[in-house]
Amino acid sequence: MVGIVGWGAYVPCYRIKAETIARQWGGDPESVRKGLLLEEKTVPGMDEDTITISVAAARDAIERAGIAPHEIGAVYIGSESHPYAVKPSGTVLIDALGIGPHVHVADYEFACKAGTEAMFVAYSLVKAGQMKYALGIGADTSQGAPGDALEYTASAGGAAFIMGDDKVVAEIQATYSYTSDTPDFWRKELEHYPQHAGRFTGEPAYFRHVLAAARGILEQSGHQPQDFAYAVFHMPNGKFPLKAAKTLGFTREQMEEGLLVTTMGNTYSGSSPTGLAAILDVARPGDLILLVSFGSGAGSDAFVFQTTDHLPALQDKAPKIRTLLERNRRYLDYGQYAKFRRKIIFNSPV
Amino acid sequence: MKSAQYIREVPQRYRLEAGKCTGCGKLHFPPRLVCDGCGSREFEAATLPRQGTLLTWTVIHAAPPQFSLETPYVVGIVELDGGVRLTCQVADCDPEELAVGAPVELVFRRIKEDNAADIIQYGYKAVLRRE
Ligand SMILES: [Zn+2]
Repeated sequence: MVGIVGWGAYVPCYRIKAETIARQWGGDPESVRKGLLLEEKTVPGMDEDTITISVAAARDAIERAGIAPHEIGAVYIGSESHPYAVKPSGTVLIDALGIGPHVHVADYEFACKAGTEAMFVAYSLVKAGQMKYALGIGADTSQGAPGDALEYTASAGGAAFIMGDDKVVAEIQATYSYTSDTPDFWRKELEHYPQHAGRFTGEPAYFRHVLAAARGILEQSGHQPQDFAYAVFHMPNGKFPLKAAKTLGFTREQMEEGLLVTTMGNTYSGSSPTGLAAILDVARPGDLILLVSFGSGAGSDAFVFQTTDHLPALQDKAPKIRTLLERNRRYLDYGQYAKFRRKIIFNSPV
Repeated sequence: MKSAQYIREVPQRYRLEAGKCTGCGKLHFPPRLVCDGCGSREFEAATLPRQGTLLTWTVIHAAPPQFSLETPYVVGIVELDGGVRLTCQVADCDPEELAVGAPVELVFRRIKEDNAADIIQYGYKAVLRRE
């Protein structure tokens, strides 16, 4: 049996309310809250980035797994906000956590689904018998352009999963991917903010790929929507995953636990993985979980997990993601937010 | 910062590796060449715990250029479980929340960049344990 043997998730303590952003740009706070189902989002501290978020999440994953860091044979970080354009995020992480130097490291990119790519490859390496443990991480500190619709949702956070074949807490029963050339959202080299194709990001992009991957994995695994205790779909806002769930025949109850977006925002590569972490924090043995990510460009990765008797003992070994979302929330006004995210030009060395 | 200097400090700044004297057992952080307890020159690496308490702190209002955007910020002295003391920033808090003896833990954060094109220097900061 191969699957998750340890997990961890992290969000920064800073927040900005959707209302605060709406007021800055003369938008209507109510229409943002109702239209996107979003109250507030996380903001990285000035000393946080994809690497520090990944280290925090992976430290808890190692703690839960109860393994020695150097037993991990591969580390993959999926993100669209790696701090360096050239120099992998994973190189810093493996030295911070004592995993290296005898380890295979790579950074992945695929808009919001880079995290599930990392998880997929980590899982596949363990399944192939190449190594005992492999670590897959999804984390981001993404930005929307000032005044752009994405600014309401682009947030910071991530989750880390150690794959192994001993004391598995959530077995991976099936995987499925669906990918096409769909230019719904992109950013070219040296461009600061991404471009997106407005409404085109919905039906031809998010829904086409998420629904196809979900239908594909349901057919492949022989499961029906009602078999699952929980489902989590990529959360670019609150509305899209709930609409996808409804179309596929999943209920609001199956979605509730993983639906962190309303108070976390869209953590991009960390989005559906963080939702999965929230589910593992509370699931009971034997629960079936469906995860479907989405990355613009575009593609979806789907996983069917089944939790085991080993799960409950690990749940309290590290902070739960909903605890991190609720404690020590530090609200920023728009000016502080612009400074934190370096949206204004400074006459200073950095 | 020079890359050669940076990687020399990685074991301490990233992983809190202290030098433990094999003569008298005293922990030195950062490690040193000669033990000031017994004069021994033999050490083994020991990883310090990340938990500790806040001994004292000050609030920085006039900062060096690399930290000027972060003011006001807190710098404190932390005593880790086991007794080793170190100086670092205390992040994610208001000074009014701090107290002598407050439980803290060390987290991995960006410390500074000397300029926008330079390497990012990572290391430890303390945050309040809020369980
Ligand atoms: Zn000594």
